Amino acid sequence: MAVAATTKTGARPSWPGRRPSVPAWVGTVPFLAYVAIFLLWPTGIVVVDSLKNPNGNWALSNVTKLGDPLVRGYFIGSFKLCLISSLIGAVLGAILAYAVASGNPDGVVRRLYLASSGVLAQFGGVTLAFAFLVLIGPVGLLFHASWYFDFPWGITLIYTYFQIPLMVLVFLPAIDGLKVQWREASENLGASAWQYWRYVGAPLLAPAFLGGALLLFANALSAFATIEAWENQIAYTVPQQISTALSSEVGLSNVNVADLLALGMVILVAIVMTGYALLQRRAARWLR
Amino acid sequence: MAAITSVGETPLAAPAGRPRGMQARRRRRLNLFRYVVFTVFGLFLILPLLAMARFSLEGAKLGTWSLAAWQQIGSYQGSGIPPLVSAIEITLELAVITCVVTLVLLVPTMIWIRLRAQWLARTMEFLCLLPLTIPAIVLVVGLGPIYNRIQHYELSALMLFWVYVILALPYAYRALAAGLSAIDVTTLSEAARSLGASWFTVIVRVIVPNMRQAVLNALLLTWALVLGEFTIAFLLLYSNLQVELYSISRNTPNAGVIFSTSFAALLFAFVLLLILSYAGRRRRGRG
Repeated sequence: MAVAATTKTGARPSWPGRRPSVPAWVGTVPFLAYVAIFLLWPTGIVVVDSLKNPNGNWALSNVTKLGDPLVRGYFIGSFKLCLISSLIGAVLGAILAYAVASGNPDGVVRRLYLASSGVLAQFGGVTLAFAFLVLIGPVGLLFHASWYFDFPWGITLIYTYFQIPLMVLVFLPAIDGLKVQWREASENLGASAWQYWRYVGAPLLAPAFLGGALLLFANALSAFATIEAWENQIAYTVPQQISTALSSEVGLSNVNVADLLALGMVILVAIVMTGYALLQRRAARWLR
Repeated sequence: MAAITSVGETPLAAPAGRPRGMQARRRRRLNLFRYVVFTVFGLFLILPLLAMARFSLEGAKLGTWSLAAWQQIGSYQGSGIPPLVSAIEITLELAVITCVVTLVLLVPTMIWIRLRAQWLARTMEFLCLLPLTIPAIVLVVGLGPIYNRIQHYELSALMLFWVYVILALPYAYRALAAGLSAIDVTTLSEAARSLGASWFTVIVRVIVPNMRQAVLNALLLTWALVLGEFTIAFLLLYSNLQVELYSISRNTPNAGVIFSTSFAALLFAFVLLLILSYAGRRRRGRG
C-alpha cells in the first residue's frame, strides 16, 4: 500500500507505452542504504551504547555521569579552548576579511588570500602541529616559547591558525553584502564613521559575525588530530579523552566512557550548529 | 547617490565598488590599515610554513642545508612501522577509491532525485550535510563495531574508504548541487529520453558532461580531505599518511623526513585548490 502511494506521487505519468516503471524512490536506495550503514548506524550505536552498561543492560542514569567531576573537567577544558580560540579567530578573521573586502574585488591580494584561506582552513592536523613545533617549540627556529606546551594558550595559538582563514571564508560574503549606498546615505545624513559603524555596520554584520564564531567553536570542538600531535601525554579535552578511552578502558568503570563522551559532544555540537543555522538565516536577509 | 554622481562620469568608474565621495585622507588611512593587516596576517600565516620548509632542508648539523630529507621520502623506514612510501601509496589509492565511490554514489542519486523524486531533495540535503555536525571523533566511536565486522573479511587499510566517503559527502554534495542547479536538467533529460536514450545514457553522457566543473570541484575537495585525514585512521588502528607521519615523529622526534613529506603534501593540496580556483574563474569569464 505504501508502495502504491509513493508511485503515484513520484513517477511521472508521461512516457506512454513503457512497461510499468519501478517507483521513483528505488533509484535512491543505494545512497540511502550507504548513508544508513556508515553514518546513521554508527551514530545510533553511540547513542544506544552510551545509555547501556558495558555488560549490555540499559542504564539511562548514565547521562548523569556527564556531570561527574572527571568528565566535566574534560568538557570544561574543551569549552575553554573552543571559546578562546573561536573568539580570537572570529575577531582577527573579521578584521582580515574587512581588509580583503575593501580592496579590488578582482585583485591579486583578494584572490591570493581567498585561495590560501581555502587551503589553510582545512590545514589542521598533524602537519600543523609540526609546523608550529619547529617555529616556536623547543627546537623553534623563530624563538623558543616557554608556554608552547601550556594549556590552553599554546594550543590556542595553533588553533587560531586554521580558525582565522575559516572566519575569512564565512564572513567575507557578509562584508561584501554591505552596500556602498548605505555608507553614502549615512554620510549624506551627517553620520561620522563611528556612527556609521555603530548604528548601521555593526547591527548588519552582527548575525554573520556571531554565526561565524559559532561555526569556529564547533570546528575547534571536533578537532582532534592537531591537539593529539601537539601533546599526547595529557588529555585536556573531550576528543583526547575519547581517544584514551577507546584504547584503554580506564576511568568510570561501569560506563561506556567513550560512548558517553561522544554523546555529550553530539549534544553540544547540535546546539552550536542550530544556533549557527539560525544566525545564518538572519544574516542572509542582507546578502541579496 | 552613486547613480547620481556617476551620471556625468565614465560608466567604468561605477562598478569599481569604491565610494566616489571618499576623502583622500580616509582612503590613505584605509590603505595604511590594509597594508598593516596584510603584512601581519601574512607573516602569521606564512612563518610556520617557512619554518617547516627550512627544517625539511636542514643538514646533519644545525644551520647547514641539505636535500637529504626530501630524498628520504621514497625510502624512509622507521623501526616497527611500515615504510613511509607504502603509507603514501595507500593514501593515494584511498583518495582515488573515495573519489570514485563518492561520485558514483552522489551524481546519479542527485540527478535522479532532481528528475523523478523531488520530494526526497530535502532529505538528501540533510543527510549529506549531517557529517558536518557529527565530528569524526564521535563517528569513530560508533564505527568500532562496524569495522570489527569488516575486518573479518578484509584487513587492508583500503577499507577506510567506506567512511571517507561519508566524510566527503558535505563537500562533494555542495559542489555538485551548485553545478546541478546551474543547468536545466529536466529539459536535457526529456530531450535525451525522447530521442530514445536510456537513463544510464542520460546521466553519464548528457548531464554529467554539462556539469564537468562541479564534478572537478567535488573530486579535488574529496582528494584533499583524504590526504589530510588522521582521526579515523588513527583510532581504527589503520596506517595512512598522516598516521605514519605521527608515528615517525613519536619514534624519532624532529626527523627531517616528516617535514619534507608534510610540506610536499601541503604544496600538493595548495596546487589542487589553485587549479580549482582558476578553473572556476575561467568558466565564469566565458559565461
